[in-house]
Amino acid sequence: MTTNEIISPENLVYTKTKVMNDTPMHYCPGCSHGVVHKLIAEIIEEMDFQDKTIGIAPVGCAVFAYKYLDIDWQQAAHGRAPALATAIKRLLPDRLVFTYQGDGDLAAIGTAETIHAANRGENITIIFINNGIYGMTGGQMAPTTLVGMKSSTSPNGRNVELNGNPLDITKLLAQLEGTCYVTRQSVHTVGAVRKAKKAIQKAFENSMEKKGTSVVEIVSTCNSGWKLTPSASNDWMVENMFPAYPLGDLKNL
Amino acid sequence: MNNLKKKNIEEVRLMKGNEAIAHAAVRCGCDGYFGYPITPQSEIMETLMELEPWNTTGMVVLQAESETSSINMVYGGAGCGKKSMTSSSSPGVSLMQEGISYIACAELPCVIVNVMRGGPGLGTIQPSQADYFQSVKGGGHGDYKLITLAPASVQEMADHTVMAFDLAFKYLTPVLILADGVIGQMMEKVVLPPFQPRLTEAEIREKYPWATLGKPTNKKPNIITSLALEAEEMEATNLRLQRKYRKIEENEVLVEEFSCEDAEYLVIAFGTSARVCQKAVEMARAEGIKAGLLRPITLFPFPTNEISRFADKVKGILTVEMSAGQMVEDVRLAVNGRVPVEFYGRMGGIVPSPDEVLKALKDKIVK
Repeated sequence: MTTNEIISPENLVYTKTKVMNDTPMHYCPGCSHGVVHKLIAEIIEEMDFQDKTIGIAPVGCAVFAYKYLDIDWQQAAHGRAPALATAIKRLLPDRLVFTYQGDGDLAAIGTAETIHAANRGENITIIFINNGIYGMTGGQMAPTTLVGMKSSTSPNGRNVELNGNPLDITKLLAQLEGTCYVTRQSVHTVGAVRKAKKAIQKAFENSMEKKGTSVVEIVSTCNSGWKLTPSASNDWMVENMFPAYPLGDLKNL
Repeated sequence: MNNLKKKNIEEVRLMKGNEAIAHAAVRCGCDGYFGYPITPQSEIMETLMELEPWNTTGMVVLQAESETSSINMVYGGAGCGKKSMTSSSSPGVSLMQEGISYIACAELPCVIVNVMRGGPGLGTIQPSQADYFQSVKGGGHGDYKLITLAPASVQEMADHTVMAFDLAFKYLTPVLILADGVIGQMMEKVVLPPFQPRLTEAEIREKYPWATLGKPTNKKPNIITSLALEAEEMEATNLRLQRKYRKIEENEVLVEEFSCEDAEYLVIAFGTSARVCQKAVEMARAEGIKAGLLRPITLFPFPTNEISRFADKVKGILTVEMSAGQMVEDVRLAVNGRVPVEFYGRMGGIVPSPDEVLKALKDKIVK
């Protein structure tokens, strides 16, 4: 095949979704955010929902999610995204409304908003990026930081006596009557990316069918915060994060 | 015939100030109310839940899990260009300050009602005016202001609800209705505002092109945010906000004068205190003391010029508040030392009596 043949339209096997723009991402190389952003954008395009979607960006590294996906966005105060999403979905019931939140945002400062939105069964999707650390503020301990895991505020490793236990909020959310679909995924391999995409799509469909709250946790890496290379981060995640946060559906009604 | 007759007669009803706010909200086409119970304002949400406006106008009413959540629901609704409101009382409004700062910075229109009770802390459920500073000086972090309306009657609770939404959308800023436990709980006659339909989505897109309703194919995305990491960008946001506040100061000051034409002594008070002071001024007049009452209806913008003009005419000013003396600082700034400005107030949920005010006027000002 010549170069011209390779790039001719009939041989096109992959193209970037038009829901994603060309703004260079600020995420570190190896970070999971970029992959998850792309999946969300692809699903919005495939569902033909670009004009019907309102995303809620969190506080944390993904605060700038609104720079990369060409949909309407609201940026929430730290932890408050599910409250915004609640009002938006109730005022615009035929729109796709999702929040995109990290572990600190969702499982620490926004625990009340998250649990109550899910318990009310708001017809929204919560995308939960769990990398066990506060990435944007420089790698402090998060509610999901593993026991023994080092961070800038647990320099000798998380100590249960001092810091308490990691919070498995996804397990907790699965117990609530208002959730219809609670799943834990990752994006560290091609297979995992495909599964994660299916999960997000299912969650979005649930939201439009008004089945209740869908939660998609993505167990993620933060190689800058973890002080590891991208590939070592993936290995570390498989070895340490997955046993504490096992992948799969926790609830699927 | 009957319908026609009904239409032409102004419907005078008897109700609490809190109830008047709920009725006025439904009637003025409010899209969403999000609240959390707290005394002495719980009748607002209770009335809305009884009215079930979702069956009539389509208005959403939702009880949130906290005031933090309800103010952020308001942020979400306001970001969609929807008429959104919440209500609370002092401790609850303290909890909302984070959200209010974000809303002010994101330049979203909304209405917040504070039916004040005595603080600090959990304080008391009795009426107070001690949230003046919090209301007019910002309240949360950063440089921002809230348009602050101070109703002094049940009628004004209804009227200010309509006016608050109009101002909020005119200036794209949160508007605070600063009432107190007396105005919220007392029953008076009220003529409710006429019904106006909620805006359709097409109307919202036309009037508020910034609203996040879903991005039309041929348009750029709308982004509601209060974040600007670059200092220059954030300073530009601040300058834009300050220009807006100067414009509000120029255009939106409201005051009411009572017996002020020939007044030698001026009493300044707002809300419930103004009702008490009106009686005290009548009593002073009966004793031959030429007293008048100036009642700020807007606390921000503050009637600085109106008060300044009186400072050239009167011999002294008494400011009366249900607090340790907060508005009196703004009165002193307006007067700038030209005549004595004294203060009389009660705290912790006590409403001063007209006799006390008259005595204070005589002791501190007339002498």
